[in-house]
Amino acid sequence: MSSANTIHAETAANAASLSLTLSGLRKSFGDVVAVAGVDLDVAKGECFGLLGPNGAGKTTTIEICEGLTSPDAGSVTLLGMQWQHHATELRQRIGIQLQETQFPDKLTVEETLRLFRSFYRRGIAADDAIRTAQLEEKRKARVGTLSGGQKQRLAMACALVGDPELLFLDEPTTGLDPQARRHLWDLVDELKRAGRTIILTTHYMDEAERLCDRVAIMDHGRFIALGTPKQLIASVGGDHIVEFALAGNADGKMDAALLTAIPGVQSHRVDAGLHQLSVTDLHTTVPRIFTAIDSMGFDLTGFRTHSATLEDVFVSLTGRYLRDE
Amino acid sequence: MSRLEESSLYQLTTTRFRLFLREKEAIFWVFVFPILLAVGLGIAFRNRPADVLPVAGTTPQLTQALAAEKGLNVTTMDEAAGTHALAIGVIQLLAIETPQGVAYKYDDTNPDARLARLLADRAVQNAAGRHDAVAAQNELIHETGSRYIDFVVPGLLGMNLMGSAIWGLGFSIVDARQKKLLKRMVASPMQRWQYLASFLLSRLLMLVIEVVIFVGFARIAFGVPLRGSIAELAFLCVLTSLSFSALGLLISSRARTIEAASGLMNLTMLPMWILSGVFFSATRFPSLIQPFVRALPLTAAIDALRGNMLQGLTLPHLVAPVSILLAWLVVPFFIALRIFRWR
Repeated sequence: MSSANTIHAETAANAASLSLTLSGLRKSFGDVVAVAGVDLDVAKGECFGLLGPNGAGKTTTIEICEGLTSPDAGSVTLLGMQWQHHATELRQRIGIQLQETQFPDKLTVEETLRLFRSFYRRGIAADDAIRTAQLEEKRKARVGTLSGGQKQRLAMACALVGDPELLFLDEPTTGLDPQARRHLWDLVDELKRAGRTIILTTHYMDEAERLCDRVAIMDHGRFIALGTPKQLIASVGGDHIVEFALAGNADGKMDAALLTAIPGVQSHRVDAGLHQLSVTDLHTTVPRIFTAIDSMGFDLTGFRTHSATLEDVFVSLTGRYLRDE
Repeated sequence: MSRLEESSLYQLTTTRFRLFLREKEAIFWVFVFPILLAVGLGIAFRNRPADVLPVAGTTPQLTQALAAEKGLNVTTMDEAAGTHALAIGVIQLLAIETPQGVAYKYDDTNPDARLARLLADRAVQNAAGRHDAVAAQNELIHETGSRYIDFVVPGLLGMNLMGSAIWGLGFSIVDARQKKLLKRMVASPMQRWQYLASFLLSRLLMLVIEVVIFVGFARIAFGVPLRGSIAELAFLCVLTSLSFSALGLLISSRARTIEAASGLMNLTMLPMWILSGVFFSATRFPSLIQPFVRALPLTAAIDALRGNMLQGLTLPHLVAPVSILLAWLVVPFFIALRIFRWR
């Protein structure tokens, strides 16, 4: 168990305010361990993000929560109920958007939503779902003619027709262009304002930072970090990341200790010739970094800085880049 | 919106129906193709008036004698030209005048040529003054119900009911599974039995259109008889369609891809296309495999449909095929429900 699993959500004050509780969740498919012990509390009204590379176990975890996959061990409690005992009631009260659902091409947007609305005892009118998903102009259009972003918003609308208290979104923006992604983010914002609890998975760091109140970073079936995006970024140790590349000197060696000795430099790592420092005070630290490089006889071939992101958190925890996966 | 429109079973059924009607290829195969096939077969196997056989005589007198026979079309040729015409099939028989009388040149393994020999000889003998020893009269019948088109229409009806049920269910279900739509549906509060029931209900709706168009066409265009009760014919069509729907459900209960399902469907239907007596009687197969042929659902369906339409048999006389169809409805349906893959 990594230390991240022992981090408890500050918001988990009492059970009545919880929307979702996972404890000791495990799932294997043959020899492959998809979920290797996950504990989690999600409060009512929270937007929680499961972040991680493909194959980290995000989808398996969310599908166990959705009652579509049964865990090998551990328990799931949603809205105070369990799948084994209250499946019918739970289906009525949660909304689900799955990865890669293809709705029938030859139905219209409106027909698709009327169909899904008919499955719920109570909920919002199909028209309201169309309005929320901003698909009014496409009401009579066949699903086959919709763009990727519009199809995703239709999937979202289908998840909303039952007026769910708890909403699961599995990679809602994967494969969308930047504009369609921002459009979908606005929609999620609106749902958050309406007070729904949202659990989403993503492998986009910027998406998690932008949308989620709290984030769990998942890798190899475990949570390796859990907290607000701010807390996680702060855990890297610096607000800024300095990246530079060097052209060799006479003996070709670089003394990393000289860099980490600079006040304000929190850590140093090298990846494929690219040096990365996490740094607190950019304006005082950068001149000293230049001096240090100079004194070792290196030439700078590249230099840039950026504010630390969740991507840097993932790199500092795993030594790998998320975008490479 | 009315209560009915809000019900999920209504929504699921109308969705199925809409999706079918918006699929142009499906419309062709279900509604148009069987009619085209019936028209084609009706033309190919229509009962033609007896053929007039081409023959030749070597002398004008002989030609004149032969021309008295209505079943013969006679020309005059010399022996060499006539032998050549025989060889290339232009004429069936050459009558040659000889000193002793007449000689017929023809191929005795060809039925038409043998018939030409009988007609030609009768014409020649009559011209020479022979009289029939016994007076004979002909009474001609052209009975509907005994023609090939009458035989083949119930066969095509059964084959069509099989195809539309198996393809209709199989492709839709496997397509929904492949596109993760099935998984999305069971992630909602939709009741699973309603999903499957919607296929049967929409199938029954389409069945009405399908059967009425096809049987109506066969009745009007070819005068195919409907001797049994129409209500019982409707019952037999519904039973047939439901049995094949259950089989379609079973075929599609596990398959993950359209390719896999297609293979299974063809494997299921091919033996029945051949063995079940669509185009010719199933009794032509060796007695060794008859029990197998009889147990096939399409054989039972076609037997029952022919019994009703052509022989006017009532249900009590169709207990055997109806029982076979019922068995094919119940057993695959329950197996399918048990092993159905919902994701």
